[in-house]
Amino acid sequence: MEQIKTGKNVILDQTIEYVGILAKLELSEEEKQAAKKDMERMLDYIDKLNELDTSQTEPMSHIFSVKNVFREDVAEHVDGGEDTLANAPERKDRAFVVPKTVDQ
Amino acid sequence: MNLLSLTAVELGKKIKAGEVTVEEATRAALKAIEVKEEQVHSFVTVDQEGALKRAKEVQKKITEGALTGPLAGVPVAIKDNLCTKGILTTCSSKILYNFIPTYTAEAVLNLEHAGAVILGKTNMDEFAMGSTTETSAYGVTRNPWNTEHVPGGSSGGSCAAVAAEEACYALGTDTGGSIRQPSSFCGVTGLKPTYGTVSRYGLIAYGSSLDQVGPIAKDVTDCATILEAITSYDKKDSTSIERKEADFTSALVDDVRGMKIGIPRDYLGEGLDSEVKEAILAAAKILEEKGAIVEQFDLSLVEYAIPAYYVIAAAEASSNLERFDGVKYGYRTKEYQGLHNMYKKSRSEGFGAEVKRRIMLGSFVLSSGYYDAYYLKALRTKALIKQAFDQAFAKYDILLGPTAPTTAPKLGASLSDPLKMYLGDIYTVSVNLAGLPGISLPCGQDSKGLPIGLQLIGDCFQEKKIIRAAYAYEQSRIYQHSPLADQ
Amino acid sequence: MSKEYETVIGLEVHVELATKTKIFCSCSTAFGSAPNTHTCPVCTGMPGSLPVLNKKVVEYAVAVGLATGCQINQYSKFDRKNYFYPDNPQNYQISQLYLPICHDGGIEIETQAGSKTIGIHEIHMEEDAGKLVHDDWEEVSLVDYNRSGVPLIEIVSEPDMRSAEEVIAYLDKLRMIIQYLGASDCKMQEGSMRADVNLSVRELGSKEFGTRTEMKNIGSFKAIARAIEAERARQIDLLESGEKVVQETRRWNDEQGYSYAMRSKEDAQDYRYFPEPDLVPIEVSDQWLQEIRDRQPELRDQKCRRYVDEFGLPAYDAQILTSAKKLADLFEEAVKLCDKPKKVSNWLMGETMRLLKEHNMDPEDITFSPVNLAKLIVLADAGTINGTVAKEVFEQIFAKDIDPEQYVEEKGLKTVNDEDALRETIVQIIEDNPKSVEDYHNGKEKAIGFLVGQTMKAMKGKANPGMVNQILKELL
Repeated sequence: MEQIKTGKNVILDQTIEYVGILAKLELSEEEKQAAKKDMERMLDYIDKLNELDTSQTEPMSHIFSVKNVFREDVAEHVDGGEDTLANAPERKDRAFVVPKTVDQ
Repeated sequence: MNLLSLTAVELGKKIKAGEVTVEEATRAALKAIEVKEEQVHSFVTVDQEGALKRAKEVQKKITEGALTGPLAGVPVAIKDNLCTKGILTTCSSKILYNFIPTYTAEAVLNLEHAGAVILGKTNMDEFAMGSTTETSAYGVTRNPWNTEHVPGGSSGGSCAAVAAEEACYALGTDTGGSIRQPSSFCGVTGLKPTYGTVSRYGLIAYGSSLDQVGPIAKDVTDCATILEAITSYDKKDSTSIERKEADFTSALVDDVRGMKIGIPRDYLGEGLDSEVKEAILAAAKILEEKGAIVEQFDLSLVEYAIPAYYVIAAAEASSNLERFDGVKYGYRTKEYQGLHNMYKKSRSEGFGAEVKRRIMLGSFVLSSGYYDAYYLKALRTKALIKQAFDQAFAKYDILLGPTAPTTAPKLGASLSDPLKMYLGDIYTVSVNLAGLPGISLPCGQDSKGLPIGLQLIGDCFQEKKIIRAAYAYEQSRIYQHSPLADQ
Repeated sequence: MSKEYETVIGLEVHVELATKTKIFCSCSTAFGSAPNTHTCPVCTGMPGSLPVLNKKVVEYAVAVGLATGCQINQYSKFDRKNYFYPDNPQNYQISQLYLPICHDGGIEIETQAGSKTIGIHEIHMEEDAGKLVHDDWEEVSLVDYNRSGVPLIEIVSEPDMRSAEEVIAYLDKLRMIIQYLGASDCKMQEGSMRADVNLSVRELGSKEFGTRTEMKNIGSFKAIARAIEAERARQIDLLESGEKVVQETRRWNDEQGYSYAMRSKEDAQDYRYFPEPDLVPIEVSDQWLQEIRDRQPELRDQKCRRYVDEFGLPAYDAQILTSAKKLADLFEEAVKLCDKPKKVSNWLMGETMRLLKEHNMDPEDITFSPVNLAKLIVLADAGTINGTVAKEVFEQIFAKDIDPEQYVEEKGLKTVNDEDALRETIVQIIEDNPKSVEDYHNGKEKAIGFLVGQTMKAMKGKANPGMVNQILKELL
């Protein structure tokens, strides 16, 4: 947290590596260096928010206080299979094909 | 007569009167596209065959009297992040290079019910991330006023198509200014409705809490008419709002007497181009002369909108774009070893630099240890910004200011410095954070001959007030066709 | 001297709710269709699709919360849990982290050591994932999204359990409650109830918790017991040899009897939860809460007490009958029809249980109707058929749910009550069995049994045994 207050963010190589794992992005060495710089600069800029005292303010995720939007428990679709698979990069019969997922 | 130089409502009237057939209108548009695309490149996909087929169907319904609305038979261009059944929908991204939806976005369906003929899908910044339409994987769109300049973004293709008169009107989407800013740069009128007014179903999400679909057209009358057609309470979108008074065209009245208009002083400060400022103040003057009460005030918190916006939008985007993984649709890398390598290669090859930049930022601000400091902080800031607007609207009916700090920059001038590009969103993003409606309409040109946009902002659900003021202002000037329009 | 250890266990139980449709779209939750049949843009993560919450899911979740003594969060929200895996089409799961629908409850369990309360930390709603089938021939897996978006509740216990026995008792109790509510069938074999086991060990008497591991998706009560024993032993071994337990997720292989770590560097376990922007908050008003409360069916403990009070059943009978909702429902329906609670109870506890055991079935698998059981009881009670015939007819009811009245009629199984005909047969039996008659007269009371048997045999089992006894004694 200290680094945020100083307004000079330092993003480590391992952070970029870690975020790449989270986001499933594989960056070249060049892209990583650029991403580091971009992120440091953006975070320095975003740190401007720390000037604001928000201790008395609730986070606002939805603009309107709309609540309880529901559907009734009634089935509608018949067979969505062909539509679902229409754009599959790889399929086998009625299933999507992915590289084997068994652990290890 | 050039049919495309008409407004959508004017063309609709001619079609209804039988002076022009739907097919003639559609062919005129397709012809214009054929002639102008090389210079402007507004479209990713042109659906010539589908449009002509549809034109015949719509004509039949009009002739039979089954379609009587003002937009029946008028050709439209749709931004490429709105799903269209059977028509390629790419979000201007390589990762969706072959995606053909099996469903149509609700907003587009509503237009179809109103008798629209879809010409094709317009270019945009990849996944709506950008302000120039240069981040598209399918080439840049050029500004019809000067093809050395960008059309703005992310709905650059939609705005350019309208300005170049390839289509009478278009749908765009606006997450942080993506309808208003390119409308401003292209000298057309674009409206971002109150959040929840137009269904987001079938809109490929960027920032779900900020995204709205809206009209882009030549004038305020068209925008009000199109908005009326696309507004609907959609049970498929949980954030859809049932609008009580959605008769937006009833606000097309040239009367602003007694209307209280506030100009945020912060919107006229440092960074604002002097020519833009002059044009905005001149527009304010006209409204004042028409009887509005105009004054400057301090909105406050303006400088915090961009950082809050980028945290929220990037966070939501990082999650929304996880579904693009090479499994169910779109691009899958050719060679890979195992699942995670397939994910990483497909996504790294499929997404462009700006999209990756925002996904990385968004993943970081949500990651363990940073959520409170960044994401929650941004949501708290959003609440404060909303409060600031609430206070403003307690005093004023609408707010007035520029849409963008400058006119359209030259191609290639923005992308080298992302942060600088982001700063160009200063007058538009807070409207999305607070869920407000906003309209951008032309109010002059700078010395380079590039259009300047006037932005009017209303309180939530107060579209009619901004439509009324925009309409009143519009009566003071005539629509300026872009140089490309006249070709 | 080796140290003594205590096992500390908490469970995360996932239960598939018995709704007709998925949690966020109107696709069917039915089993047994071709892959990807019950799918639409929403449950396959198509671009631009949006979720809309199934109201029934909230009602079931609240009902389970109320039945497990939970506080209901009257203001509740969904959050996104982000992780990449192909069974999860959006690569995020819509779940609840910050404001789950229920929290701070608990249920009472009974073990040999007595009764004990297991705390429930929270119950939240979420969507299930699709199914991955591993291809035997190629290095690929096949993805089926039929189960994607089926509603789940996850019941997170406090780390209050100390043994496999307590875990099983807790799961059993939970299953019973949820079945009684009709919120799920809770079949572990079919995956509609699944448990993740969080386990740590610590030296007996220690106040600090040890480092825990999580074992995912174990498929049966027996497997859970085995996994717990094995994991406890593994952790103690580590500690005894001076090593540390690593906090990790492990997968239990029940056939091989060991667990292994699911660690991978691609598995960061950083879910980046944030409020789901596509869904609005849920507000359970006092009125709605009361409506759900009013609709709550009678749960097992109440039912058990009522069976004793209202029907005068022994506590033991009441326990057995309420041990499965199916049995209790059958009991009550049949009693309603024939008004003979003790008799209905006897049939269920005796013959039904025997046949279930014989066929290796669970009470949930019973197919016969209460109507036919009630009819059988009436027939037997009126003496229309005798006990032996009744058992034979019941086997038919159990197997094919036949109508006993019709069956008895068609097969001519009615008891012979014609005294003259009986008398005639018995005279003949006495004549044919002088040895037994003599034994009887010599004080061998048992001999009469043989003569009764012979008579029944001659009457093809249809004689009224009371009358046979009476006439025999008279003639002898």
